[in-house]
Amino acid sequence: MTAATATDRVVEGRGRPRRVEAMLGAVSDVWFMTRRNLVHISREPMQLSDVTVQPLLFTVLFVYLFGGAIPLPGGGRFVDFLLAGVLTLNLVTSTMGTAVGLSTDLHEGVVDRFRTLPMWRTAVLVGRSFADLLTSLLCALVVALSGLAVGWRPDASIISILGGFSLVLFFAYAVSWMAACVGLNSKSPESAASFGFIVLFPMTMVSNAMVPTQHMPGWLQAITTWNPVSAVVAGTRKMWGNPNPSAMIHAWPMQHPIETALLWSLAILALAAPLAAHLFRLHTTE
Amino acid sequence: MPSMMIEVEGLTKRYGETQALAGVDFSVESGSILGLLGPNGAGKTTAVRILTTLALPDAGRGRVGGIDVVEHPGEVRRRIGVAAQDATLDPLLTGRQNLALVGGLSDMSRSASKARAAELLEQFELTDAADRVLKGYSGGMRRRLDLAASIMTRPPVLFLDEPTTGLDPTSRQRVWESIRELVAQGVTVLLTTQYLDEADALANQIVVIDHGKVIAHGTPRELKAASGSARLEVALSAPHPGAIAAIAPLVVGPVHLSADGRRLSAEVDASSGIATSVVRALDAVGVLVDNIEMRQPSLDDDVFFSLTGGHVSTTDADDAVDLGAARSVAGVLEHSSNVDAVEVGA
Repeated sequence: MTAATATDRVVEGRGRPRRVEAMLGAVSDVWFMTRRNLVHISREPMQLSDVTVQPLLFTVLFVYLFGGAIPLPGGGRFVDFLLAGVLTLNLVTSTMGTAVGLSTDLHEGVVDRFRTLPMWRTAVLVGRSFADLLTSLLCALVVALSGLAVGWRPDASIISILGGFSLVLFFAYAVSWMAACVGLNSKSPESAASFGFIVLFPMTMVSNAMVPTQHMPGWLQAITTWNPVSAVVAGTRKMWGNPNPSAMIHAWPMQHPIETALLWSLAILALAAPLAAHLFRLHTTE
Repeated sequence: MPSMMIEVEGLTKRYGETQALAGVDFSVESGSILGLLGPNGAGKTTAVRILTTLALPDAGRGRVGGIDVVEHPGEVRRRIGVAAQDATLDPLLTGRQNLALVGGLSDMSRSASKARAAELLEQFELTDAADRVLKGYSGGMRRRLDLAASIMTRPPVLFLDEPTTGLDPTSRQRVWESIRELVAQGVTVLLTTQYLDEADALANQIVVIDHGKVIAHGTPRELKAASGSARLEVALSAPHPGAIAAIAPLVVGPVHLSADGRRLSAEVDASSGIATSVVRALDAVGVLVDNIEMRQPSLDDDVFFSLTGGHVSTTDADDAVDLGAARSVAGVLEHSSNVDAVEVGA
C-alpha cells in the first residue's frame, strides 16, 4: 500500500510533462498502427474491391435497374435520389472489414508482440479505424465519380456537398467501432464477416436508401423512419440538394435528418468506442 | 542495477482446469542465462507470459529489474525484449518494416530505429530478405527476425520462449551464437527450452519444471553429476570368456552381457581416458573390439525423463511419489549449488 501511494505521488509531482509525453506517445502509436494497416491494404489490393469495384457496380447497376421502375413521390430524377443511398450502403457495409481485420489481428500472435511493447494498447483499434476511414474516403470518391458518370448532379454549394459526404463518412466511422466490438468478440475472422450479412446489410436495406418509403406498409415505414440509416441518407440528400421524398414524412427524424444523423453517430461512437477498448483489454488479459 | 534481474516467488496460475503453475520460485542473476527446462505443458510459457506482462498470476510475485510485473507493467515493458514461441511478427510487413514498427512503438526516434533495424538485419544475416514480405520467410529466418525484433531497443532483460524449436541444426547454431553474443554484452536472458542440450550449451543455471513445479535446479554440471555416471557399450567381434573380467576393474557396478555374448555394457565414471583404458584392457586379453560407445552424462532425454518423472505417472498417487523423489534431488542440488556458485560465475 505504502509503495503504491509513494509512486502515485511521484507521478502526480511531475504530472503535466508526463501526461503530455504520454499523449504524444499515443499519437505516435496511432500513426504507426494506421500505417501498418495501410501497408496491409497495399499488400492485398483485392481487399479494396469492397470500396472500389463494388460501389462502382452498385451505382451503375441500381441506376439502370431501378431507374425507370421507381417513381419518386414529389418528382425528381432517380439517379439524383439514388446516389446518397448507394454511398451509405457501400460505406456502412464496408465496416465489415474492420470486424474481420481486428478479429484476424487478435487471432494472430502479433497482438502479443504489441502488448509487450511500451505502447498505448488502444492504438491497435484507433489505428485500424483510421486506416478504414481512409479507405472509406476512397470509396466515397469512387461513388461520386461513377455517379457523375451516370448522370448524378448535386444542386448545392461545394461546402454543402462536402458536408453531405462528411455526414455519411462520420456515421460509417461510428458504425466501424460497432463492427470493431463484433470483431473483437468473434471466434474467428469468418464469423466476424457474417456480421455484415446479418446486421449491416438489412440495416441499410430496410431504410429509404434505395427506394422511397411512402408505399411501404405502416409497420415497415415506422422502422425505416426511425432507422438511423434513413436519417443519414435523407440528411445527405438534403445537403446535396437532391430529391428527398422522406421530407414529406411527418416524423421528427425525417424532418430533422441532419441533426438526427449526427446524434445517432455521436451516440454510437460514444458507446461503441469505449466498449471496443474494454473488449480489447478483456480479450487480451489472461 | 539489482543483482537479481528476474525474481519469481511462489508464482501460481490456473487456466480453467489446468494448474499451469503451482508455486514456482527462481531468480536470474544479472548478466546470466537461466534455462527454464521442461516438457510441453510444464508451465514454461506461462511463467514467461506472466513475466512479460501478458498474463496475470493468480498468486505470487514476479519482478523484472526490481519492478513488479503486476503493479507496473508499463515500466517492465520498457526494460524487456520478448521472442515468443509462436512468431509474433506481422506476416504482411517486410522484415525491415516489422523492425521499424517495433522501434516506432517503443518510442525510438525515426533515424535511430532505421539505423538499428539495418544493423540487426546485417547481424542476423537477413539483409537480402529485408525488403521481402514475411510470408516468404523460412522458419529459421522468422525466428532470427523475431530475435532481432526482441532486441531492437537493446533491452537489459530478454525472454526467449523456445527460440530454436523447429529449426534445422544450422539455424539453431546461429541462434545460439546470437544469444551468447548478447549475454557477452551484459544482457540477462531467461530461456525456455525442451532441449537439454540447448540448456546445457547456453545456460549458467538450469531450472527444471514439470506440472507447474520446480523439480530441480542447479548448474548444468551439477545436474549432470546428479544424473549419474556415463554408460559404456562395447561391441565385440566374437564372444570372449575373458572380456567381462578384463573391464570389470574399470567400471562401476556389474557388467551386463547380451544374449549373443557380443555386447557388453556398464556404468562408468566419466574420467578422462576411460575409452582408451577399456580398449587397452580388452586388447591385452586378446579381445577384438568392433565398436565402443560412451554415452556421456550430458543432459540427454533419459536423464530428463528420470528428473521429470517422464510420461509414466498417470495417477495422483504416482505423481506424489515422483514429485517427492524429485524434490529430494532438488534439495541436493540446491545445497551443492551454494558451494559451487563462485566457481560457476568465474
